[in-house]
Amino acid sequence: MLLDILQFLIFFALLTLCVKPLGLYMTKVFQGEKTSISKIISPIELLVYRLSFVDPDNQMEWKEYAISMLLFNLMGFIFLFLLLLTQQLLPLNPEHFQGFSFDIALNSAISFITNTNWQAYSGESSASYLTQMLGFAVQNFLSAATGIAILVALIRGFASRESKVIGNFWVDITRTTFYILLPLSIIFAIFLISQGVIQNFNNYQIVHFISSQIIPMGPVASQEAIKFIGTNGGGFFNANSSHPYENPTPLTNILETFMMILIPASLTYTFGRMQKNTKQGWAIYFTMLFLLISFMGIQYWANISSNHIVSLLGISGHYIEGQEIRFGVAGSTLFSSITTATGCGAVNAMLDSLLPIGSMISMIFILSGEAIFGGVGSGLYTMFAFIIIAVFVAGLMIGRTPEFLGKKIEVKEMWMSIIIVLTSGILILIFTSIALTTKEGLSSILNPGPHGLSEILYAYASTANNNGSALAGLNANTLFYNITTSITMLVGRYVPAVAVIYMAGSLAGKKYIPPSVGTLPTNRVPFIIWLMLIIIIVGALTFFSALALGPFLENILMQRGF
Amino acid sequence: MSAKKSDLYSIEIFKTSLINSLKKLNPKELISNPVMLSVEIGSILTTLEFIRQIIFGSSIPIWFTGWVSIWLWFTVIFSNFAEAFSESRGKARAESLKKSKTQIMAKKLEKASFDSKFEVIPSTQLKKGDFILVEQDDLIPGDGEVISGAALVNESAVTGESAPVVREAGGDRSAVTGGTLVISNNIIVKITSNPGETFLDRMISMVEGAKRRKTPNEVALEVLLIALTLVFIFVVINLKALSIYSINSSGHGSPISLVILVALFVCLAPTTIAALLPAIGIAGMDRLFRKNVVALSGKAVEAAGDVNVLLLDKTGTITLGNRQAVEFIPSGSHTKEECAQIALMSSLTDETPEGRSIVVLAKEKYNLRFHELPANTETIPFSAKTRMSGVNIDSHKYRKGSADAISEYISQIGGKIPENLEEIVMEISKLGGTPLVVTYDNDIVGVINLKDILKTGIKERFEQLRKMGIKTVMITGDNPLTAATIAAEAGVDDFLAQAKPEDKLRLVKEYQQQGLMVAMTGDGTNDAPALAQADVAVAMNTGTQAAREAANVIDLDSNPTKLLDIVDIGKQLLMTRGALTTFSISNDIAKYFVIIPAAVISIYPQLNALNIMQLANPFLAILSAVIFNAIVIPLLTPLALRGVWYRPMKAENLLIYNLLIYGGGGLIAPFIGIKLIYLALSIFI
Repeated sequence: MLLDILQFLIFFALLTLCVKPLGLYMTKVFQGEKTSISKIISPIELLVYRLSFVDPDNQMEWKEYAISMLLFNLMGFIFLFLLLLTQQLLPLNPEHFQGFSFDIALNSAISFITNTNWQAYSGESSASYLTQMLGFAVQNFLSAATGIAILVALIRGFASRESKVIGNFWVDITRTTFYILLPLSIIFAIFLISQGVIQNFNNYQIVHFISSQIIPMGPVASQEAIKFIGTNGGGFFNANSSHPYENPTPLTNILETFMMILIPASLTYTFGRMQKNTKQGWAIYFTMLFLLISFMGIQYWANISSNHIVSLLGISGHYIEGQEIRFGVAGSTLFSSITTATGCGAVNAMLDSLLPIGSMISMIFILSGEAIFGGVGSGLYTMFAFIIIAVFVAGLMIGRTPEFLGKKIEVKEMWMSIIIVLTSGILILIFTSIALTTKEGLSSILNPGPHGLSEILYAYASTANNNGSALAGLNANTLFYNITTSITMLVGRYVPAVAVIYMAGSLAGKKYIPPSVGTLPTNRVPFIIWLMLIIIIVGALTFFSALALGPFLENILMQRGF
Repeated sequence: MSAKKSDLYSIEIFKTSLINSLKKLNPKELISNPVMLSVEIGSILTTLEFIRQIIFGSSIPIWFTGWVSIWLWFTVIFSNFAEAFSESRGKARAESLKKSKTQIMAKKLEKASFDSKFEVIPSTQLKKGDFILVEQDDLIPGDGEVISGAALVNESAVTGESAPVVREAGGDRSAVTGGTLVISNNIIVKITSNPGETFLDRMISMVEGAKRRKTPNEVALEVLLIALTLVFIFVVINLKALSIYSINSSGHGSPISLVILVALFVCLAPTTIAALLPAIGIAGMDRLFRKNVVALSGKAVEAAGDVNVLLLDKTGTITLGNRQAVEFIPSGSHTKEECAQIALMSSLTDETPEGRSIVVLAKEKYNLRFHELPANTETIPFSAKTRMSGVNIDSHKYRKGSADAISEYISQIGGKIPENLEEIVMEISKLGGTPLVVTYDNDIVGVINLKDILKTGIKERFEQLRKMGIKTVMITGDNPLTAATIAAEAGVDDFLAQAKPEDKLRLVKEYQQQGLMVAMTGDGTNDAPALAQADVAVAMNTGTQAAREAANVIDLDSNPTKLLDIVDIGKQLLMTRGALTTFSISNDIAKYFVIIPAAVISIYPQLNALNIMQLANPFLAILSAVIFNAIVIPLLTPLALRGVWYRPMKAENLLIYNLLIYGGGGLIAPFIGIKLIYLALSIFI
């Protein structure tokens, strides 16, 4: 246990050390400054602009930015959707997989453009190499870049004064992809290959050992890298990161975990830098870190505790069902907490098999609305919405009309923040209700009782918040679930995204008010505590009853031997 | 007002408020408060369900449905009552204002001169630009400006202050208000507002609350409350679905009934703050009104809470405005005592504040006094022609006056001007004082130094403001040296000397450009442009019509330090909203712990683990929560009307303080309250 804690400490210490350098580098990228790799990338960047008729100097107002974002994602959707439907006609399909059926193609395409990576399909038994590479991997890059671009627009909104423009969407995604995501992914992929992650176009291998077994092959490493870096989480194989070809060694395990949280964490510094208020950036980072470590501590405790009914049978030791035994409880817990806190959703341990409190924590991370690091870009912008709500009520409590970073928080900002924070919650409540009361919804449940309820709740929580992990006891590949989760993914992603861009425009147009003695500091402990309370209370008020009748009840029943 | 009468008065207010709160049950009225409207819809649903249960029977106790319905109605009525009650005071005041409006006859002049002919018309027919004659004992028929003459006017109808004030043509005291009474002299007034748009009309509509529009900040808070309400509607629907699923898997229990769902919804919805929100706003305006301040826009009051910079007129705000003698300086070969003696003599019959201050100074500093006036004392009053005043006693002449007036007078009667006089006079003026030269017959004895005196306690108030993060800037027509001296004495942060109207306007704009919220007080016409630009503009009621039109707050007492009270009330207004919102939301935690175990106990008895308050009877438990939710509204109404306690302190400390009181209190109070109500109800059942 001591070693586990030491492992956690080192992990978070290293993460904290990396926040500033990467944050600083990203600041340069978003502000269009020269970086150490500009010499190589710049010609490619300019070529992209020329080929796509983009004027990189054109500054957009919020409407143009939002329309560009939606248009770009729509094109990505159409491309991926068609690819999935027609993969049998295309090359690089050694196993001769058929095209996806309509509903699962729809679901998978939406899943990948929204950075959710909810996988109703099973990678090794339905997707060709071309689909994996040109379809899924490409969208892994683009959906991550989209999330980051939206965040950057919002940061510009905070930072600019009485201006209408919030940047150029095309430039933002191009620079994010070429300067940040691609270089990191290339380095990480090479590292993964060195550890034994495969990267080939071979046919599936048949090995004869006791009985014969088919071993799937494929270009795994290249997709694996961006899967973490872009908090996508869609596995090449169905078993995701518990598959040895995706996650072969303890070293890959810890670094894959690290890569999931690296960009979301560093973006806090980028924000602080662009805002010329690094203290505020750090304050947000430590707020997220504190929440992450607190809840992770509970999950770790739940994972090392034992089921006392089992102990009564004379069996000692802790409960390891569902844990990734190659990496131990610490490796599983760290991975499971971070994959649900960030919007990644890759898994190395089977969340469905964790003890109820353990899987409840994963659910709570997701239900927090991605504010605890969250997906690349999307996590931080959700956090800003929480901050605005917290600032609003706190501002009233100190007798000032509320302001954050020198910008007055008014009706528009309140509307948008509420939309950003509450959209996923409302989606989850609606669709869980539908699934729990219809034959189509109930027929997919493999585990009746409160656990089945948890599985349904988790499915909608994961899709509405664009996480992508699952309590896999639910058969999600049915027409009902493919359609409903498509809706939650789409609405859960784009409604808040457009709200963020609109808010960015509204904030950009505001006057800057310098802080005075009467201004509430938002980078100090009292406000941070208040912010954490708001995040927890909003989640608790929305999901108290669902969590009570799901995992909490399950835990009580388990303890009493039901 | 005697105690008995005030009791009767409050019973009357109570009655009308009660009637009005029932009238407000009309959904058309409630639509402006959507959260409470949703509670009313809930009440209607449970009431219909109650009727259905009486006719068709039910699986849950009928008394439960009945009592829940009653308390849900009470929730709405309590909310309406808080609003009606807060309106009542303003309405009463508006009634008395309306009385002073009725039936005034105006003497409309053909042209603006005292000897012109006039016709008598009702005041409602007066138009902007009309000239009217107002004679002694006439009510002034409309708002306007005195263009000829001067009069004593009793303005108690508007200000509540019975001491009459001088209104005269020209200068900063030319504005008159319709409905006020002239008690001496005749004046000609030029009407400056059309019927229905007079100051009195605006005041009436403000205090009545008829024109009260929601401020942007209030709307933003309402957005939050509506969103929370919406979420709780889905939470309740979701709970129904959860219960249906759970019955299937546990094999027993009954689905959660409509009444329990509505009860849960109303308990969770932020009813406490939503119920009190209108009352908080109206009460804030009313608190201002009781300080004799009329805010012509609610937004200005809220903005006052944010003010960073305060621009204050020196005269009347920082200094008393009446110059007072502080020193006697002898000239030539005279001694201080001689100078004091002559100064005292010259002021014996001088009843002006300056004159009194000379007598006081002579008495206090040199122990000189007269118990009675010498015989043969002839008073020589101040006149614009001589610019001197004094007395003649027997054949001796005692005079005091400005340096040049005295110089002229002395040289006329063949006296000598001491060599050091000019030097003394210069020295005094340089430091912001007013020199008054004293003579005895044809001999110049010395100079009295009259100085602006700081108001008592003003320094401490500026200190307070600094703590609140508000910068104070003094505006004065004085020269920079004088201004600096007074600024340093008063402890203001900055000053603007020799200020011209365009300087004031520029200063306001400059601060606003820096993103600061500017408040300003003013009364003169030359303040009007700057007032119009300022975020919070307070005009003195004694000020000119132009200043009053440009302002968004009028101080009826014409006491410029009122701005500080306005800032306090603005802050209190916001803080009361914030505190009650926090209270309301933190209440929900306890309510979940009451209602969820009670609602699902028949399905999963194991979930009684959540029943941490040990409420054995689930129906009684839910009813207790509903009752708590309802009675918290009247319990907090006094707080909403009075405003939360507030003392200037650092923003962060204020946050911690209010969080502990209203957040912490809101967390704990329902646990205790619901348990107590439950115990009390258990006696009956």
